[in-house]
Amino acid sequence: MSDEALLARYRRAQRRRRWAVAAAQAALLAAFLLLWELAAARYWVNPMLTSRPSAVWQTLVSMAASGSLWVHVGVTLQETLAGFAIGMALGMGIAVALWWWPALAAVLDPYLVVLNALPKIALGPIFYIWLGHQWSVYGMAVAISVVVTIVMLHAGFSEVEANQVLVMRTFGATRGQILRKVVIPASLPTVMAALKVNIGLTLVGVIVGEFLSARAGLGYLIIYGGQVFQMQLVMTSVVILAVISALLYLAVTWAERLVSRLLHLPVRS
Amino acid sequence: MGRPRIALEEVSLTYLTPRGATQALAGVSLAVYPGEFVSIVGPSGSGKSTILSLIAGILQPTAGRVLLDGDPVTGPSQRVGYMLQRDYLFEWRTVTENCLIGPEVQGQDMARARGRVARLLQKTGLTAFADAYPGQLSGGMRQRAALVRTLAIDPDILLLDEPFSALDFQTKLMLADEMWSLLRTEHKTVLLVTHDISEAISLSDRVIVLSRRPGRVKSVHEIRFAGPERPIPFKARGAPEYSGYFHRIWAELDPPGEVNRNVG
Repeated sequence: MSDEALLARYRRAQRRRRWAVAAAQAALLAAFLLLWELAAARYWVNPMLTSRPSAVWQTLVSMAASGSLWVHVGVTLQETLAGFAIGMALGMGIAVALWWWPALAAVLDPYLVVLNALPKIALGPIFYIWLGHQWSVYGMAVAISVVVTIVMLHAGFSEVEANQVLVMRTFGATRGQILRKVVIPASLPTVMAALKVNIGLTLVGVIVGEFLSARAGLGYLIIYGGQVFQMQLVMTSVVILAVISALLYLAVTWAERLVSRLLHLPVRS
Repeated sequence: MGRPRIALEEVSLTYLTPRGATQALAGVSLAVYPGEFVSIVGPSGSGKSTILSLIAGILQPTAGRVLLDGDPVTGPSQRVGYMLQRDYLFEWRTVTENCLIGPEVQGQDMARARGRVARLLQKTGLTAFADAYPGQLSGGMRQRAALVRTLAIDPDILLLDEPFSALDFQTKLMLADEMWSLLRTEHKTVLLVTHDISEAISLSDRVIVLSRRPGRVKSVHEIRFAGPERPIPFKARGAPEYSGYFHRIWAELDPPGEVNRNVG
């Protein structure tokens, strides 16, 4: 058999494999939904406790029709994106400061370790008291993402090839030039990894923040649905949340690919 | 011979670390005159690279003086180009952009720097790769790009820290010839650090042998070949005088120290 024929056969096999995986994934979801629906319909489980896909769908449709769906999704999205942006900007600024003044990094190191280990959710009530119901969600979102950002980026900055920095020093580069022209571009893969981690963490912060204090948003809907024992509302909110988090993660992944391509950096998975 | 371009006067340097003090250089004196190609050979850990860092102004001596044309070195100078063992090119910049980093950092006239880089890329056969990214280059091409980057600031002194050591043998010999010819036609003063005696003899006008740590100058060898012109490095390796120099320097060279090899 010729090489072309072998290659064509190999490619066909690869394509078949990809299709098979996608089909299996779709089938798994369908089977799960079907089983859920069936179990609730036949009272194998109590539908009061589990709700059911058809009820979730109806809730979704009626919420979309009444417009409340968009309000809650909008609130959660806005809080997440704002918290994400603030957390990243703040974290990046502090990481740069720690790189700039190594003595500062040495002094703050144990505090960062403790803050990083602390479950930020424990700070929720404090933010509620300090910032009120409107702003405490943002406090939660930023608190949960900023420390990780600082730790990740500072580690990334410190791992930049020392000899690339040396090349700059032999030219007499200033610290600012070394930062702009080497440390930041070399750390972009780390920045991208931090973005990926943070988009998920910020969403956690926002939902927890909404649990504690909000009057709107998906976290509020989930808590409210639980309190009034409307499981279809809880389940619907969870499904929407799953979709939103997947989309946000995808967006960050796309941004990462784009940046890597533009800067000719190896794509880190 | 006039005033030396580079002079070290009784230079000592001690590295301080939490684990203790390590003396890398103990009273090194040497001089390199304008247009000369001088090599420093020595076992690992003899402080060869430390000498280059001192001349580049990245390190300050613990004692003694480092002078460029009679002026003490206080920091990195536009007159000194420093080429490291490996290229350390920036993967996010094209070859041309990599080569322009020096002029960029030093705030030089960029139009002139561009012209100079284009000319140097042509001389090193990299014109076709001017807009390529380092990832697309072979090891030899990357090292050529690093040479162009070093020369882009138009230094009159060139410090080479084992610039061929990361290359395969064939590439090493070819690049040594190329670089030698280029630096000679550009009238650069060159100080090369290496542990490869053949490389030192074939490229240099003078070879300085450094002792094991703490490094001091053990002997200096003038390299002369018969004939009206200095043979290119590849030819020099086959010249009748070569093996005499090789054996004399080999006999001078201390066996490598076993401790803390990274103090090179």
